[in-house]
Parts: sequence; structure tokens; C-alpha cells
Amino acid sequence: MSTVTHTPGGLAGPDQTPPPTRTPASRAALGGGRAGARFFNGFSHLFLAVWAIMVVYPLLWVVMSALKTDAEVIRKPLSLIPERLQWDNFARAWTEGQIGSFFLNTVLVLTGSVFLTMLLGSMAAYVLARYEFRGNRLIYYMFLSGLTLPIYLAAVPLFKGVYNTGVVLPFLGPNSHFMLILVYVAWSLSFTVFFMHSFFRTLPNAIAEAGMVDGASHSRLFFSVMLPMARPGLISIGIFNVLGQWNQWYLPTLLMQSVAGEPKNQVISQGLIELSVNQGYRSDWSGLFAGVTMAMLPVLIVYIVFQRQVQSGLTAGVGK
Amino acid sequence: MRHGVARFVTGFLALPVGLYLFYVVWPFLQAAGYSLTDWGGYSDKQQFVGLDNYLRLFSDELIRKAFWHNVFFLITVPLFTIALALFLAFLLNVGGREDKAGIRGVFGSGLYKVIFFFPQVLSLVVIAVMWQQIYRADGQGLINGILMKIGLVGEDDPITFMHDPEPFLGVPAVLWWLLLIAVWSGAGFYMVLFSAAMQSIPKDVYEAAILDGAGRFHTFFRITLPLLRDTVSVAWVYLGFIALDMYALVFVMTPSQGGPNHASEIFASVLNFTAFQKGQFGYACAMGVALAIFTILLAALQLRITRRERIEY
Repeated sequence: MSTVTHTPGGLAGPDQTPPPTRTPASRAALGGGRAGARFFNGFSHLFLAVWAIMVVYPLLWVVMSALKTDAEVIRKPLSLIPERLQWDNFARAWTEGQIGSFFLNTVLVLTGSVFLTMLLGSMAAYVLARYEFRGNRLIYYMFLSGLTLPIYLAAVPLFKGVYNTGVVLPFLGPNSHFMLILVYVAWSLSFTVFFMHSFFRTLPNAIAEAGMVDGASHSRLFFSVMLPMARPGLISIGIFNVLGQWNQWYLPTLLMQSVAGEPKNQVISQGLIELSVNQGYRSDWSGLFAGVTMAMLPVLIVYIVFQRQVQSGLTAGVGK
Repeated sequence: MRHGVARFVTGFLALPVGLYLFYVVWPFLQAAGYSLTDWGGYSDKQQFVGLDNYLRLFSDELIRKAFWHNVFFLITVPLFTIALALFLAFLLNVGGREDKAGIRGVFGSGLYKVIFFFPQVLSLVVIAVMWQQIYRADGQGLINGILMKIGLVGEDDPITFMHDPEPFLGVPAVLWWLLLIAVWSGAGFYMVLFSAAMQSIPKDVYEAAILDGAGRFHTFFRITLPLLRDTVSVAWVYLGFIALDMYALVFVMTPSQGGPNHASEIFASVLNFTAFQKGQFGYACAMGVALAIFTILLAALQLRITRRERIEY
């Protein structure tokens, strides 16, 4: 992939020819003319800059409002510079708003669910992609069908099923971390299997055969040869799953409701919804902004650090 | 050896298939079954009512409303998002200076791409809660605040956003405001997608066009856009799914989750209300099945319409 940026001095990458002077022939060919091109260039910058501001300004506004006092939020809602930085808004949202514990719950659930999704997903995809057996297609299409069906259809029986399981096995019942991990894994399998299936198909046969000749067992072949070779795919789908499960809100809202007396095991999305309702009643606007900021910043920072991988990882998901 | 393969295959498939069957397939099948009963959800009593629930769907005023709202999002979300994303990608990739090497991308396009992608990594709930504050119906909201400051909106006559059921172009205003959020959050992602597709078009195609005397607009509409057809149609299908999934925004942002006065009701909100507030699980399941059939038909239709011969390069 080549990027089409260029540096201000007119210096271009090694693959491009730098001279800015034009021959008459090319000038005629370019139509529009120099003034038109310059105008268009200016217009492009203007429009792109306006959209960039429309994206960044609201985010910045949320972060800055999180550092104001409530009175300031009401009196000077638009200002981006707080009179004094109110760090205790964050402390209040973290403890009173329970963002801290919601955060911990989310991290706990995601650690298990992303790991299991990747492991089970690539195991299933690998077997389906590279072994012939009866029922192979059936199982593959079963996984695929989950991509088109809306989650809301399953909501009622899923809720009932989890509730009933919880009567016998409480650790698999509603409001349990372990149950949520399994549900996340099950609902992420469709796409993970679909994605990794196409990936394992492209891996060369020769290496697998060489491994078998050397006496490696099937599972050893998978874990020490094929899985490492599928690394680029694993990274893409890993990023996809981390973001997807971090952002999940419907499943937890359905399944993680704590009845009176039970510990609150809710995840961050639910915590934010709750915060937006509660802080609204209490008019604790700065606390609300602090909560949103805390839910937003970690993901944004991870994205900025790994932007190249995240962008290609997520767009690869659509390209397939 | 053969025996070993069978054991290996079973061993690797058992857990994922088991989990998937229990938490995904089984609920779907049950939903289809419940949709034929009048089950209330909390008792064990249920009676087989045949297709009654489905017939009821057709005469349900609320469902009809929700259906048209879904259709609205289904058309507008992909349309506006793709148009804006294409326009941004166009500016980004051909808005730069021209020289002998052809038309360049705009200066700083890398930075723009990073920024435009921001909303994609934020969760819908974060976006919803954030926009709730942006859309506040008083001077404390970002938009109303700005408009009041420059005098476009009176102090006591703010835009009511989520509380505005008045139709605009025949569609409740609240839906247009929700649409704006969807476009805001989606455009960057699809711009990056289109941008990558544009850059994978070989340079000599453009060089040939420029030699033939085509300007940048010509080049874009005659060459780039047709070659992007595949990517655009995939994006359309994906955005269609997203449009069916506007529930997070409706759930967090609108009054009584579908209000005001049912102006922002969509399939998912009616389904959840019917199941968990009204306690009509059987009927809710029928809605779910109808939605599923609708989704699958739509996906098939879209794939059919957009399918065309691939251009290899």
C-alpha cells in the first residue's frame, strides 16, 4: 500500500519524481489550470479541517468539561479552558459513580473472553478449513448464519436460558462474570471463525505435510506451526474482538442485572448508562463528563498508539 | 492414523460448537418456537396459537411505525455515510497539488485519517451519552450553546433535539438528529476503507488517464468511482446492518426509549418493550423472527443488486 502524502517542500518519496516545473504538454493535459488546482487544494484543506474539528471538538469538549466545576459547566458551557482543573471529578466518578469497579469488571471479563474467543475460534476455523469430514459444511454454515441474525431475536430465550442455568449452577447464572465470558465467546465465534477460516485456507500445504512427516501430532502442528503462521490474521481479529467486546452493551444489559443485595458486576457500558441517568438526577454534570472521559480515553490512546494496526485490522474485517 | 484424525477433529470442535449451540443456536430456535405461542415469559403456562402472533404484527400500529423508521435508517444511514466518506476520501487523495508524477494527496492526509477514525473506536454507548450532552435542550448543550452565542437561536427557544417529534420532510425530527450521530460516527471508518481501496488502484491507470487529458474530477468519476464499486457495495451491506442496529442510540438518548410519543420507535425498541415491560414474550419472539426474515431478505437483495462483474487489476 502506498500513501499519497507529500512533504511541504515539494520533496517526494523516492518513487516519485520531484521537479515542480511542468512541461507545456502536461499543463495542457491537466485541464483546470494552476489557479483552479490551487483553489481546489485550498477547498480540500478547508473542508477536511472543518470535518476534523467536528470530530475532535466534541471529544475535547467532553474532556475539558470533566475538569470544570458544576457551576462552570452551567455558567460557561462552551469554554474549553477550566478556571481550575478539578481532578476530584474523576475521583468522584471513579468511586461514587462506581466507574472504577465497572472498569475492573470489564477488564476481567474481556481478559477471559478475548483469549477464549481467539483460542476456540481459531481451533474451530482451522479444523473446518483444513480437514475433510462429514458435517464440515453444515457446521461452517451454522457459524456463518449467526452473522445475519439479529441479536434481539435471541434475547428472550437467551435471558431465560441463562436464568434457568443459574438456578442449578449459580456461576453460570445472571450477573456472573463467567457466564458473560462464555456468552461473549459464543456470540463472537461467528465472525472469528468466518475470518480465520479464510486465513487458514491460504496457508501452504507443504509446511503442514513436512510437519506431519517429522512426526508432529495434529494438535502440535496447529499450535506450533499453523497458529504462528496465522499471526497477521490473529492480530486483526484480536483487535476486532477487543473493541467489539469492550463496546458490547446489549448482552450485558440483558444478562448482568444485579438483584437487590447482589454485588454489582456490571461492565463499563452499563455503568455509563447508569451514570448518565443518576448524575442527571443529581445534576452532577462534571462527574458525568469525567465518567465518559474515563471510558473514552483508554481506547483512544490505545488506538493512537497502534493506529496503523487498528485501522487495517478493522477494515480487513469488512474487506473479506 | 484415521482414528487419530477423528479424535482430533472432535476434540477441537467440541467446545466452540457446544458453546455456540447453547448460547446462540438454541435461543434462536426457541424464539422461533415461542413465536407460535402466547407465552408471557414469567409463568410456565403457554398455549399454541399458530400464526396468530404474526397476523397481529400486520395490524399493529406501533410495529408499522417502527418498520418505516427502520426503513428510513436503512436508506439514509448508508446513503449519507457513503456519500460523505467518498467525498472525504476524494479530497484526501486527489486534493493535493499536481505535478509531473500526477495528482497528489492532500498534505497531512495521514493525520486526517487518524482523526476521522476516532469515533469508530468509541463505543456506541459512549457516543450516545456524549451526544446526549451535545444535544441538550438548553444553553448548557454544545450545539444550543453555540447557536445562542451567535444569536441564531433565542435563549428561550432552544432546539429540542431528542424531544422533537415534529416531522421534517415527513420524518420525525428526532430521527434526523439520530441519523446525524450515525453519520458522524461512521464516515471516518468508511473513508479509511475507501481511501485504502483507492490507493490499491495501480498508478498507471491514472497516468494513462492524465495523458489522455482527463482532469482530476473526470478521473475520479470515470475511473476511481467505478473501480471502487465492490468496496462501496460491501460498505452498503455493512451499513445496512448498522442501520438496523440503531437501538443503542434510541435506548440511551430518547425519552422512554422510543419516544417522544413513539416518534423514534424502531423494531428493536418495540421488541424489547413488548418482551420485558409488557411481558408478551411470544409476541416479541414473532417480531424477532419477522425482523430476522426481513434482514436476510434484505442482505440477499443487496448482494444481488450490487453484484456485477469484478474488474481485475
